[in-house]
Amino acid sequence: MYQLLKQIVKTGIVTERPPAPDEALRVARQRLDEEILRIFGRSLAIRHVDAGSCNGCELEIHATNSPYYNLEGLGIRFVASPRHADLLLVTGPVSRHMEVALKRTYEATPDPKLVVALGDCGCTGGIFGESYASCGRVANVIPVDVAVPGCPPAPLAIMQGILTAISAPVSAPRVR
Amino acid sequence: MRIEDLPIEAEPVPGAVPAWHAVVPAGQLRDLCSRVKEKGGRLVALWGSDETDRGEGYALHVALVIRSGLVCFTVPLAHDHPRYPGVADIFPAADRMQRATYDLLGMHARGNPDHRKWLRHGAWPAGVFPLRKGYDPGAVHSRVEDRYPFVRVEGEGVHEIPVGPVHAGTIEPGHFRFSIVGEFILRLEERLGYTHKGVEKLAETMTLAEGARLAGRVSGDSTVAYAWAYAQAVESVTGTEPPAPAVWLRAILLELERIHNHLGDLGYLGNDVALAFGFFQFWRLKEQVLRLNQELFGHRYLMDVIVPGGVARDMPLAGIEKLLDLASHLEREVATLRGIYDEHAGAQDRFIGAGRVAPSLAAELGLTGLAGRASGLAWDLRVEYPVPPYDGLEVRMATHRNSDVAARVSVRFDEVLESLRLIRALLRALPAGDLVVPLGGARPGSFGVGWVEGWRGEVLIGLHVGEQNRIRRMHPHDPSWQNWPILERAVIGNIVPDFPLINKSFNLSYSGQDL
Ligand code: SF4
Repeated sequence: MYQLLKQIVKTGIVTERPPAPDEALRVARQRLDEEILRIFGRSLAIRHVDAGSCNGCELEIHATNSPYYNLEGLGIRFVASPRHADLLLVTGPVSRHMEVALKRTYEATPDPKLVVALGDCGCTGGIFGESYASCGRVANVIPVDVAVPGCPPAPLAIMQGILTAISAPVSAPRVR
Repeated sequence: MRIEDLPIEAEPVPGAVPAWHAVVPAGQLRDLCSRVKEKGGRLVALWGSDETDRGEGYALHVALVIRSGLVCFTVPLAHDHPRYPGVADIFPAADRMQRATYDLLGMHARGNPDHRKWLRHGAWPAGVFPLRKGYDPGAVHSRVEDRYPFVRVEGEGVHEIPVGPVHAGTIEPGHFRFSIVGEFILRLEERLGYTHKGVEKLAETMTLAEGARLAGRVSGDSTVAYAWAYAQAVESVTGTEPPAPAVWLRAILLELERIHNHLGDLGYLGNDVALAFGFFQFWRLKEQVLRLNQELFGHRYLMDVIVPGGVARDMPLAGIEKLLDLASHLEREVATLRGIYDEHAGAQDRFIGAGRVAPSLAAELGLTGLAGRASGLAWDLRVEYPVPPYDGLEVRMATHRNSDVAARVSVRFDEVLESLRLIRALLRALPAGDLVVPLGGARPGSFGVGWVEGWRGEVLIGLHVGEQNRIRRMHPHDPSWQNWPILERAVIGNIVPDFPLINKSFNLSYSGQDL
């Protein structure tokens, strides 16, 4: 126990400052009014769905929980069920085998809800594109609010995407 | 068993990997497999190919390990109703590989007790085989009903818990069907294939050079192992010898990948026994590795650094110093944390005895990689078949006989420390010179292979060349194919709440086997 406590004291706090939202990541007009955003505020429940990724994007989602980024410190946490979620964080090209599960997860998430698509695959289908096995980008299957490019996107980019989704637009949103 | 001991005419496959290739008739396949098995050999991979566009039939490819190295059999099959004698009774790991080969190519394994589909769910109908040459890769089928008959366990008090494909944590999708009594697991049945995204079909639209990016995205957590294995395969078919500095850097990258994955898993193993301290400590260390990766090689997970012919970028000179500093720092920290894990009664209580795969069962079923080494199977490519630069490093293999979660934790700790030692040794002897050489031309129809000990186990790439340096067929093989079915055995008799812990101690890839 002594060693454990000593290690905690020695390590100190390594958490760094979170990024600011970035309007360039927004793909759909903000669907939530300011009042709801105020209620979501800084307490957000995320359900992650891997819809067919190579698992690279998952590594960076895990990293957002590392002490350097400490996503939970911002009141944003991952939950075990879509029923508890405000936001779906979706990775991968959507494989055709996951299409139904992703739609069902989306439907199971109570309104109002947000969707952030993650990674080059989530944004465009990435290297896997569309085929007999892949539906391509997440927006081909469910509505997407914010899309974060990168292969995989770094933890700060992921956090920026999430913070963008839960902030009111500051300028005219870009609609793709 | 040496290659001379097999009653076949085998040609050595050029390149870094000690490998042989032979065309054998279907009638001889089972006898060859039995001989290899008898002498302690193993099945690494099994895949098929469509050769009908060349006026032939289909072909089955089986890669086995014998003492001399890797031996790859190609078995020509008929044009109509291609079938071959199944080998799952000899090598149990072949079962799912054979079923996948049927789903993708319509090649039937005779005598396979399990005829259920494996990679096909609802995206394409029965009787359609996407990896056949005439199949249009852009084809989209209307969804078919996805029925899969799970094995039902009956008896008083037995009930089922279906889990997934969307899991409770941040993990890849798959379905687990638990049959339980009270809290005890009587049976677990996995259903995988959800992330099947057409990797192998896509590869057939690419050149040998283009395939590298795709190979590095078969299973993102093993991108270095795949990229290196792919590079070996391409270098094998093009007669390219990668320069020494590139090969040294590749090994440094592979060990960095091993370290960051083990650190991450050690953190989660702490987390899963309510030792959040472990998660935060190990993920702090992991992040430090990832940041240095980014600084020195331009990518946190080292994607696209290894290319066929060499490596795509040099490490800045200051990198040597920085890596040495990181190595000393990690060594100290990991040693401290190991002491804390070892003495933490709560953690050890959960680790010890959970998820055992007895050495005899592990050997019979073909457990591989780090999980195999934790079940007494002393097998590590870096030791058994060391390619440069491992041939000069005398890698010390980590093994354990206890076969439980604690043993897998222990092997990971040992391997992190050994990888740090290897990185130091590699940095001391880092040769100077060119980092990449141009690729030679590949003869259409030639076959090459890559085989690398990734952090999870052995990654194999089987590569068949088409016209004009294009990929005709590429099969990436993840060690998860071998280990997923054995996870089903590891959990029997354990309680359901220990499943996440046992699962994490293996940490298998879904994407790598779903393809
Ligand atoms: S964006 Fe890159 S890391 Fe993420 S799933 Fe796609 S290939 Fe993998």
